[in-house]
Amino acid sequence: MVAASNRRSTLGTLVRRPWLARLLVIAALFVLWEVVARWLVDPLFLSPPSRVIASLDTVFTTRGVPAALQLTLFELMIAFALAVALGLVLGLAIGLQPLVRRSFFPIVLLLYGMPQVTILPLFILFFGIGAASKIAFGVTHGVFPIIVTVVAGVQNLKPILLTSARSMGASRWQIFRYVIFPHMVPSFFAGMRLGMSGVLLGVLLAELYVSIAGIGYFTTLFTQNFDPTKLLGLIGVLAAMAIALNALVRRAEIHFARWRS
Amino acid sequence: MQRHDRGTAVSRLIQAGFLVGLVLIWYLAATRWGVNRLLLPNPVAVYSDLLDILLSGEFVEDLQTTLGELAAAFAISATGGLALGYLISRSRYWIDVLEPLFAAVYAIPIILFLPLFVLFFGLGPASKIALGATISFFPIVINTIAGFGHVDRLLVTAARSMGASDYHLFRYVLLPAASPVILTGLRMGFTTALLSIIGSETLASLAGLGHRIVHLAEAMEMARMFAYIVFVIAIAVTLNAIVSALEARGKRN
Repeated sequence: MVAASNRRSTLGTLVRRPWLARLLVIAALFVLWEVVARWLVDPLFLSPPSRVIASLDTVFTTRGVPAALQLTLFELMIAFALAVALGLVLGLAIGLQPLVRRSFFPIVLLLYGMPQVTILPLFILFFGIGAASKIAFGVTHGVFPIIVTVVAGVQNLKPILLTSARSMGASRWQIFRYVIFPHMVPSFFAGMRLGMSGVLLGVLLAELYVSIAGIGYFTTLFTQNFDPTKLLGLIGVLAAMAIALNALVRRAEIHFARWRS
Repeated sequence: MQRHDRGTAVSRLIQAGFLVGLVLIWYLAATRWGVNRLLLPNPVAVYSDLLDILLSGEFVEDLQTTLGELAAAFAISATGGLALGYLISRSRYWIDVLEPLFAAVYAIPIILFLPLFVLFFGLGPASKIALGATISFFPIVINTIAGFGHVDRLLVTAARSMGASDYHLFRYVLLPAASPVILTGLRMGFTTALLSIIGSETLASLAGLGHRIVHLAEAMEMARMFAYIVFVIAIAVTLNAIVSALEARGKRN
């Protein structure tokens, strides 16, 4: 009697732990997917997760896929580095001078709000179907959230800090390194996280748009061949890449925002 | 005060100068500096094409397709997101379990799954509606959970102790307290639905504004393509402005 109620309460506390219940929900979704794909849907359209995972190696042994994945990762990292550098420089240039901020910040916000995907064909025309167009499209998606958060971060700076640093004879670089930078770190890293989502969206949109090379070629190929196993495998690898990059930036944000608390 | 006004006037002047300068550089690049017409059409030609598109009404069919897809996608994601978000927000436990899950999926660029949607639903409007509904579902459900889930307990207890029924509690306590966050979620959902529908039309489709732009790009009709880009951006900016205004109005009430 006592033992039974004890056991029930252990089970109860286990399920009461949110992370465990979360894992159960995920597992249930995978089981549902497996059942639907195995017995309810035409295998030309959907593969069960067991088969997708078991034949993940056939995705990697498809000629050209590893190179395309590598190239996409390279594009993502270059585009992110460029977006951060450009966003930081433009954000500081716009945010530090009140007149410049009042004049150009509305233009930045206007551009940020535009659906950039409408000009995707232009990027391909200007930069070709290679890595350049994808990097450029990733940069234009990633740079605006970074500019916006850098400007917001600089605006929160108390003028008295700048004045006192200057009156104590700090150089421009010293002011930036020891006054401005530590103060915008939290918003800067929040901006980097948004910038990373932007870069992922931009690069992947451009990759999917170009259907004669790279990732877009293979997704089109697998779709047209009705090969959902490989298609799901490739998309899964790309999604894992996106999740890893997002997690990396989030880690950095938590790490660098620590001194505030 | 006066000084501030003068500052605003100066920055308006700078903004106008910047935009005029941009168009001027575009014009000079296209006419004098010999930039290839296939890369950069003359702005005058773009303007006359834009007038032609608007006056001839050839945009109507594509606009109907895109707006129809947008309406269907948003209707699905708003209904699903609000209903599911409300149900989840009723229990602290389910909020703890499911909220991080939605946030994690929200961080993945769901546009990646477009090839799958095309495989399931074909190249027509159905795949655009499904993708738009999926992408816009997440901001709506996350904000609905946040809105209903974080209503001050004191308000709920007070209303209950004064004998409010379930309906009264929902109508006069929960809804007003949660609506600002939910409205923000609906606005974000609408904007992302619009973006992903134009995006998926650009990537793989048979009709719609995004498809029209790609079609003109492939036909190298640059002036007309630029005119359509201007038109689509104007439509998107207008729709976003309307939704933002509705959001602000809803928050005031």
